[in-house]
Amino acid sequence: MADFADILTIFVLAMFVGFEIITKVPPTLHTPLMSGSNAISGITLVGALIAAGSHEWLTATLGFLAVVFATINVVGGFLITHRMLRMFRRKE
Amino acid sequence: MLNQTIVNLLYLLSSVLFIYGLKGLSHPRTAVRGNLIGAVGMLIAIVATLMLGNVRWEIVISGMIIGSGIGTVWSFKVPMTAMPELVAMFNGFGGIASVLVAGAAFITTETENVDLQMTISTAASGLIGGVTFTGSVVAFFKLQNVKWIPDGGFFRGQQVLSTVLLILCVLLGAVLVYSPASVWAYWVIVPLSFVLGVTLVSPIGGADMPVVIALLNSYSGLAACATGFVLNNSVLIVAGSLVGASGVILTNIMCKAMNRSVWHVVFGTLGPSSSTPSADDVYAGKVKATSPEEVAMLFDGARRVVIAPGYGMAAAQCQHVVRDLANLLEARGIEVEYAIHPVAGRMPGHMNVLLAEADIPYDKLKEMDEINPTFSQTDVAIVIGANDVVNPVARTDPNSPIAGMPILDVDKARTVVVIKRSLSPGFAGIPNPLFAADNTLMLFGDGKKAVLETIAAIKAG
Repeated sequence: MADFADILTIFVLAMFVGFEIITKVPPTLHTPLMSGSNAISGITLVGALIAAGSHEWLTATLGFLAVVFATINVVGGFLITHRMLRMFRRKE
Repeated sequence: MLNQTIVNLLYLLSSVLFIYGLKGLSHPRTAVRGNLIGAVGMLIAIVATLMLGNVRWEIVISGMIIGSGIGTVWSFKVPMTAMPELVAMFNGFGGIASVLVAGAAFITTETENVDLQMTISTAASGLIGGVTFTGSVVAFFKLQNVKWIPDGGFFRGQQVLSTVLLILCVLLGAVLVYSPASVWAYWVIVPLSFVLGVTLVSPIGGADMPVVIALLNSYSGLAACATGFVLNNSVLIVAGSLVGASGVILTNIMCKAMNRSVWHVVFGTLGPSSSTPSADDVYAGKVKATSPEEVAMLFDGARRVVIAPGYGMAAAQCQHVVRDLANLLEARGIEVEYAIHPVAGRMPGHMNVLLAEADIPYDKLKEMDEINPTFSQTDVAIVIGANDVVNPVARTDPNSPIAGMPILDVDKARTVVVIKRSLSPGFAGIPNPLFAADNTLMLFGDGKKAVLETIAAIKAG
């Protein structure tokens, strides 16, 4: 098990990175930013896959449901973001 | 089978790709690639996890097929006007997934292996994830204007109940921390936080929806983060923090654009105060109705036109005819730009997506700070489906509910044409003196019909 301080370090540094890169996103892309970052928050899928591997029925059921919800989040999120971003074009 | 170190290195690669992908969103030119890079990062994280072993493929594959099917169909079918609802719902799914994963991890861990980090983060996952889930569902229905969620919530004093529920959840979290064997506490926190999500979001007014969605976006990230702490999983923490940070920034931008604090949005109310002048005082005898023909004549000799769209444009589905009008004006040598208020529409950037869908180039969409100084050199400003964001009262009346809110200064244009069904107030519930201003003409009617008739009148003239 990783030390709590290590994992807290990752959290705090990632927050700073997040603030730095997100402030650079222009307002015109704020909706795709929300749907795209939302797809990324579907990373819980990783945890869901682990839980679904359990041989206890309750854990596996929770894992299965989590896999379904998180996959909707991931697949739907990336697809809708792609669909939106492809509409943005410059003046020709 | 890969060992944990290799999987962790692959997680690191995923995290880097997420950061790199979000960086791509800093410009529309690189945004499509950025999103794809993010998706590749996700794929790597998934494959790496499955390579760890201990996979029950029948569960994983069936779950992923169901989820992918629903996600794919939904994302292709949803119209751009309904994007806020969709994003709200996806936020909610992220939240419930975190609740389930944290719960599953907690019940499988032997009690003697449960440490402080695990109990605190499990309780946090349950609370944040639960609130995100039902809060998003309520936001989804509110955005569809359902009747059974009344404005202002289900009953008075709902905020008191919210506070009580929050305190209860925190106390139960403390129970979990002090006696990790009391798994029941987690399964009580979850339903309580479900109720809390409903009581928190249901009283929030329509004007504040952009803030709520941004806030829920941030919660869905923080819930993933908390689950990362439960599982000691770095990629969950990195991805969750990025999303959390993004939601926090967007929430701040939205609040600033309305001159309100998050606290006020969640616990306050927006509405006319006793000192608000009545609609009769503001409008009586001063409102000038106009016709499409008269509007068409305004464009003779005009050099610059600015269009200020609001949610009404989306509701009337008229972004495509607005583009036709703009193309027609440009063909006559008139410069046309769009003024986008940060809270126009129902979520951050909503107007930009709708106008992009109508093939309007993004470089013509101007932010408030950029376009406001240009209104004094603008011949005609066309307000379509916007109200509170162009209400000059925000600048003039310190007692108004929208006092201090930055607005689009359309009233500084030589002539303002407001396309609107009636003089009904916007979300803030107050009359708009812009409609009665000397340089304003009201073109009453359905947005799409009004614009089409104006186009016909220009062509005929």
